[in-house]
Amino acid sequence: MKYYDKLIFELSRPGRKGYELPADNYGHDSMAELPADLLRKEDLNLPEVTELDVVRHYTNLSNKNFGVDTGFYPLGSCTMKYNPKINEEVAAMPGFASLHPLQNPDTVQGALELYYNLQHALSSLSGLAEFTLNPYAGAHGELTGLMVMRRYHESRGDSKRTKVIVPDSAHGTNPASAMVAGLEVVEVKSRPNGSIDIEDLKPLLDDTIAGIMMTNPNTLGMFETEILDIAKLVHEAGGLLYYDGANFNPLLGRVRPGDMGFDIMHINLHKTFSTPHGGGGPGSGPVGVAEHLREFLPNPRVRKTDDGRFYVDFGKESLGSVSTFFGNFGVMMRAYAYILSLGKEGIRNVGPMATLNANYIKENLKDDYLLPIEGVCKHEFVFDGLKDKSTGVTTLNVAKRLLDYGFHAPTIYFPLLFHESMMIEPTETESIETLDEFIDVLHKVAKEARENPEAVKDAPLTTAVRHLDETGAAKKPILTYKALQAEA
Amino acid sequence: MSHKFIPHTEADIRRMLDKIGVESIDDLYRDVPAEVIFRGEYDIPSAMTEIELRRHFEELAAKNKNLTVFAGGGAYDHYSPSVVAHLLQRSEFYTAYTPYQPEISQGTLQYIFEYQSMISELTGMEATNASMYDGATATAEAMFMMVASTKKRNRVVLSETLSEAVINVVRTYAHYHGINLTVVPAKEGVSDQEAILKEMEAGDVAGVIVSCPNRYGIIEDFTGFADKIHALKGFLTINADPSALAVLRTPAEWGADIAVGDGQTLGMPLQFGGPYLGYISCSKTMLRKMPGRVVGATKDIDGKRGFVLTLQAREQHIRREKATSNICSNQSLMALYATIYLALMGKQGMKEVNRLSCDGAHYLCNALVATGKFQPAFPGKPFLKEFTLRTDLDMAKVNEKLLEKGFMGPLVLGDGLVEFAVTEKRTREEIDKLVEIISKEA
Repeated sequence: MKYYDKLIFELSRPGRKGYELPADNYGHDSMAELPADLLRKEDLNLPEVTELDVVRHYTNLSNKNFGVDTGFYPLGSCTMKYNPKINEEVAAMPGFASLHPLQNPDTVQGALELYYNLQHALSSLSGLAEFTLNPYAGAHGELTGLMVMRRYHESRGDSKRTKVIVPDSAHGTNPASAMVAGLEVVEVKSRPNGSIDIEDLKPLLDDTIAGIMMTNPNTLGMFETEILDIAKLVHEAGGLLYYDGANFNPLLGRVRPGDMGFDIMHINLHKTFSTPHGGGGPGSGPVGVAEHLREFLPNPRVRKTDDGRFYVDFGKESLGSVSTFFGNFGVMMRAYAYILSLGKEGIRNVGPMATLNANYIKENLKDDYLLPIEGVCKHEFVFDGLKDKSTGVTTLNVAKRLLDYGFHAPTIYFPLLFHESMMIEPTETESIETLDEFIDVLHKVAKEARENPEAVKDAPLTTAVRHLDETGAAKKPILTYKALQAEA
Repeated sequence: MSHKFIPHTEADIRRMLDKIGVESIDDLYRDVPAEVIFRGEYDIPSAMTEIELRRHFEELAAKNKNLTVFAGGGAYDHYSPSVVAHLLQRSEFYTAYTPYQPEISQGTLQYIFEYQSMISELTGMEATNASMYDGATATAEAMFMMVASTKKRNRVVLSETLSEAVINVVRTYAHYHGINLTVVPAKEGVSDQEAILKEMEAGDVAGVIVSCPNRYGIIEDFTGFADKIHALKGFLTINADPSALAVLRTPAEWGADIAVGDGQTLGMPLQFGGPYLGYISCSKTMLRKMPGRVVGATKDIDGKRGFVLTLQAREQHIRREKATSNICSNQSLMALYATIYLALMGKQGMKEVNRLSCDGAHYLCNALVATGKFQPAFPGKPFLKEFTLRTDLDMAKVNEKLLEKGFMGPLVLGDGLVEFAVTEKRTREEIDKLVEIISKEA
């Protein structure tokens, strides 16, 4: 395909247009009567283009993107599973798309029922008493969950609890969310396999600890086998357990965070429940809590009367609001469709097949790639780069070479526990044929690294653009078309 | 076992287990304590086929009512060209992850660059990030930015004329983060600038947040306000409707340091409250305090133009608890929505949208006042598409009647105040009908 490199602004020609609006038949130009001081003086440089210009431009841009529909996306901790098409169809149904969020509840009973049913389904799948679906993303869910934690201690007049324990292997959002929620982060060290060292944890548990944030399996894909002991210790010390649901996929259908002793969790609907990542959102980060924390969930909430009517409730003990309305409702519609498509029987296979896929890749590649932790993993695992370190080929090189072979790269240089981390998560929607192809290519890259390391270091060779100057971009930020023009 | 989303046959599973060297799927979970393996039944329905699923959603949809909307309050029934929704269905866009591998994500990176450029045009500001969750959370992030940009100032002053939803979210964020918040009551429907400046004299105020148009729909006049705030070493954030900024004086023209708002007005479906997007723009000096993703232009080793995520040293995956925010993604696909919408509408289209909405709103306002049952709540105050009236009518009852006829009437603000909104989608005939129904009830 021809290389396409235009910005929409560069297609602009004065006098062209891409819209049609009705004629103004109000018979009076009210805007002309607004005080001139309140009006914009500066010219508005938006493109002037036709409808076809726009269609071709963005279609051409889409061709420069890689998505799950393009190929395999083994991105660790991101759960890039297939995004079912029926979800898109139902989410666009006019019976939902044109609902105003402040409509009388009697006129949005279907929307409220969907919200309620999804809350309920997530509760059942996770073993927690109630969910809010209002948070917009995983990180937003973390923040909301930590606010629940703080609100709980606050409600008990326990103002000393200002710290939260976060493992050094945690996702970067955990400490950042804690900071935003006004909590001080206390790091607990991981053992070499990424699991929490109980002996290191014990001395940290005093009456200043609000709780602990954990993901299980941890970021190395290993299950925290001592989770029940950890839960007991944290609870005895008066703290709460927060579950980072980024790694929930391997447990879906097998293990419920609520049953492991977690009090609060968030779920990424865009990971575990198949809603599209959208190039970085919109996602959705529902937060579930145990029975004793229900009243602290954010407003507004959706509840049901005994006679089956749904209503919007604003609780007095709530932590407050974290969203303008009900969150990313369109995303919830997709997740709900996904749950119904799998049903209570089908959903039991999600975690197990995701786990099977990950272990299969791991066992097939550990001859060429350095596996720091032996044993059965869950949905993902980490290689510490190539086994043969003598070639000088890095994880970054391998990742870029994969792009040439039509695969997305794994998550690289995370977790920080290893220098050359390559985190691979296949998800359950990939077939053994796709996994075999991926395994073959990674073996081939390892061979290339041995035989012709410089070629691997030059990768990618076949992509629309190659090594981009990121240092230059950060040193002198060009963030708008206007700045780009000034540069030219 | 067989399901269209899960490809594993019994033979596949056997082969894979053999390779792994375990007997059964259960063996993959042997490290999990037996007592936490879930052996119960999930309280969700059995699997639905596509036919059943469609029917189920149709049944749910039938319990909703599509209305002719005459209310706003942060979500407006604007028109969106057919092309936008079509292009958003390109799965190369919607099934992509955050553009961490720029070589195969130029589509996403380039539209974000275009989005940043267009929002910067609307706000007049030099920098815009890749988008935020919504207008309310973007406003809370602006509060963090202002506090982080000052030394030892930990209070932010909010005008009560911001929408209630925005104030509630900002209040929540401030409370838990430990920022002191002062909400200054409105004066005749607009920000009490004098009272705000007086609050600032204490010396602990990092910044001020106001809005335009405000919660009553009024276009506020901030002449000289930014200079006075800057003289007291504080920052000014303006929460503004980006659609309206095509015609209204921009936050940059008012001298603001940060502009934020909700992008829903850029043609986004109401969708019962989301997804929309929040935007955040700022002056160059505050750039490094800005949260979230930012895309910059650069070149590749062959000299080709390309785009990358930049200034990542501010972000959570590098800085962890020292990051400017915990935001890691954006509302990327909605940023694409806004970009395509603005590309189609162009500067002329955006002016026409505002003109039609403004003329329609004034036509409705005049017609309602002419019934004798309504008076302007804030006489003489200029508005664009949303306005507030005072009435003695039992508006709950009137709204019930309107509902029966398929209309969503005004928001009832309390104290006899009601707020209407009119967009370019409303017709003169619909407005006449609305007024007729209200007059009959009166």
